[in-house]
Amino acid sequence: MRARLVIEAGKVNRQYFLDLLAFRELFLLLAWRDILVRYKQTIIGIAWSVLRPLLTMIVFTIVFGRLAKMPSDGAPYPILVFAALLPWQFFSNTVSEGGNSLISNASMISKVYFPRIIIPTTAMIVSLIDFLISILILSALMVWYQFVPTWRVVFLPLFLGVAAVAALGITYSISALNVKYRDFRHVLPFIIQFGLYISPVGFSSSVVPDKWRLIYSMNPMVGVIDGFRWAIIGNNIMYWPGFFLSVGLAALLLAVGFGFFRRMEREFADVI
Amino acid sequence: MSIIKVENLGKKYTIGHDLNAGRAYRSRSLRDTLAHKVRGLYQRVRHPLSPNTENTEIEEFWALKDVGFEIEPGDRVGIIGRNGAGKSTLLKILSRITEPTTGRIEISGRVASLLEVGTGFHPELTGRENIYLNGAILGMTRAEIKAKFDEIVDFSEIEKFLDTPVKRFSSGMYVRLAFAVAAHLEPEILVVDEVLAVGDAQFQKKCLGKMEEVGKEGRTVLFVSHNMAMISNLCQRGMMLNEGKLEFHGRVSDAVMKYYQATNHRDGDHEREFKSDTAELLGAELLGLSNLSDITIHDELTVRMRYRIKKQIDGKCVPNFHFFTSDGSYAFVDSAKDVSSSPPGEYCADCRIPPRFLNEGAYFVGVALTTFPEGGSLEVEFFDRNALSFNVVDPMDERSNRYGYAGPVPGVVRPQFDWSIVEESK
Repeated sequence: MRARLVIEAGKVNRQYFLDLLAFRELFLLLAWRDILVRYKQTIIGIAWSVLRPLLTMIVFTIVFGRLAKMPSDGAPYPILVFAALLPWQFFSNTVSEGGNSLISNASMISKVYFPRIIIPTTAMIVSLIDFLISILILSALMVWYQFVPTWRVVFLPLFLGVAAVAALGITYSISALNVKYRDFRHVLPFIIQFGLYISPVGFSSSVVPDKWRLIYSMNPMVGVIDGFRWAIIGNNIMYWPGFFLSVGLAALLLAVGFGFFRRMEREFADVI
Repeated sequence: MSIIKVENLGKKYTIGHDLNAGRAYRSRSLRDTLAHKVRGLYQRVRHPLSPNTENTEIEEFWALKDVGFEIEPGDRVGIIGRNGAGKSTLLKILSRITEPTTGRIEISGRVASLLEVGTGFHPELTGRENIYLNGAILGMTRAEIKAKFDEIVDFSEIEKFLDTPVKRFSSGMYVRLAFAVAAHLEPEILVVDEVLAVGDAQFQKKCLGKMEEVGKEGRTVLFVSHNMAMISNLCQRGMMLNEGKLEFHGRVSDAVMKYYQATNHRDGDHEREFKSDTAELLGAELLGLSNLSDITIHDELTVRMRYRIKKQIDGKCVPNFHFFTSDGSYAFVDSAKDVSSSPPGEYCADCRIPPRFLNEGAYFVGVALTTFPEGGSLEVEFFDRNALSFNVVDPMDERSNRYGYAGPVPGVVRPQFDWSIVEESK
């Protein structure tokens, strides 16, 4: 007997997760498409993935390190900045690409079925590629500065995971909202820019007074960035209560985002 | 055991008419929603006991309502209906793009839907890359695409441009490539919306051939089209939708006929623009139909028209019948023979269609009267293009000379001429 599918009005699709499994090839192909298309018809191509974080790092190092003379926790300032830029770029790329992804794939959504959630998730895979390129840049920086990372770098994937959870949670919510209310298309760049200033990317979160640190950690990216610096630079002390708060909030964001997406998903094809 | 079972299916869309702005919107901005909510709240607060005065009038629109049917495995079903009848909505629900508002559907098998040619094609990617991408979007696995890759390229006739970005393709090449991918889908159920109306005539023919092949392999096909000839060719069963309701589900020729009857009923008036004070049509009928509007290919059929000639003319009044096939093209015209002068009065003209003449299918009969005045040019007194319709079926008995063949016999006519076979040598 063939696969039996029952569609019933108002009932939740029980095969959702089976469908996700069945469409994993499409997921990978869409990610592959986005990676391929990204630098088509550009002159320097993939070099953009190197230039962007590098230039950001230089600006931040000059502004925060040289001009504002912020503390660098004992590491060269470029490495302090870059350790934070890694997760931040991963996060912001995922959210900005993912947030608009449903709209830019509108024709697919209204013409063919697949679990819609794979579209915003694809954005994360593309950002992951950029992340890996940035890791190489960081390695080069470390060689340049003769800086040896601690053994704790083995925990990097864990912190990356937290960043992914937070990014996906926000991406799911915003992409779903974007389908119905195009306002979010305009709000999104603002949210990301705002996030860059309230996250400790250009400076160390040790400059935040201790009594504010728990509140500061309500931004999930604070825990992630602290974690990255803790794992790479090593000699700053991790503020664990804040980290667990960040992790908890990231998980909450994902749960809310996923639930919201599932609920909105049903009328995507009708309103997009 | 049906492969698709649909019960009580309904799909409701809400269309908002903003009374302030006087426009309809579907994707509204957050500001509108918020403003609307706030206004509503304000009204509530100011007049807590007043009825809810909305600024937006929500209009409900049922694109489909109470639709129920079953489809057997291997059926090729043509879905027809006027624009807005709900055909595309039905396909979208069956292919799970959108959810129904009411009802229940059971589908036993993998569904591939082809609602548009080239869904997900990316202009920056090459032909080769797009084959993989489009295949995956349509539900093929990588292995499947790989196995069929050469066949797809062959079918599309674009080998030379396989590594060129699709944005540099001509629109014809684009469509050919897109259809080639779609044509190599192998689902149990194929759902197709009006996508064959693309490409040049030659390619269309190729696509039709491919579709027929798919049908012969025993796959279930649901096919929406406005092209009745295509529907009659490809499908054995037909569904006729009208204003969201399933009006008919049965043999395709019946469905096509119902469609023509429904559409002609609406715009039939302009067909009778021949106003004449010389003659008028009184009525037309078919004699010899078995049940409703069917005859078999072995039956004789008589077409009758009654008309009145109102004034004396110098010349001949010739009644004639025009036979059309289900796609609206002419089968033949026949005029009365040996007409002499026609003094005023009421007439009844019968035309006998012999048995074993017309092939299977739906036919429409136009009735007309033409006058040929002495020394003048001919004049059409009346012409009712869709006066009558009937259906010819093949009873599939031994008289049909089928020898067990069960497929369609092509052609408009289905004569049985005299044959003789003699053995000439051993």
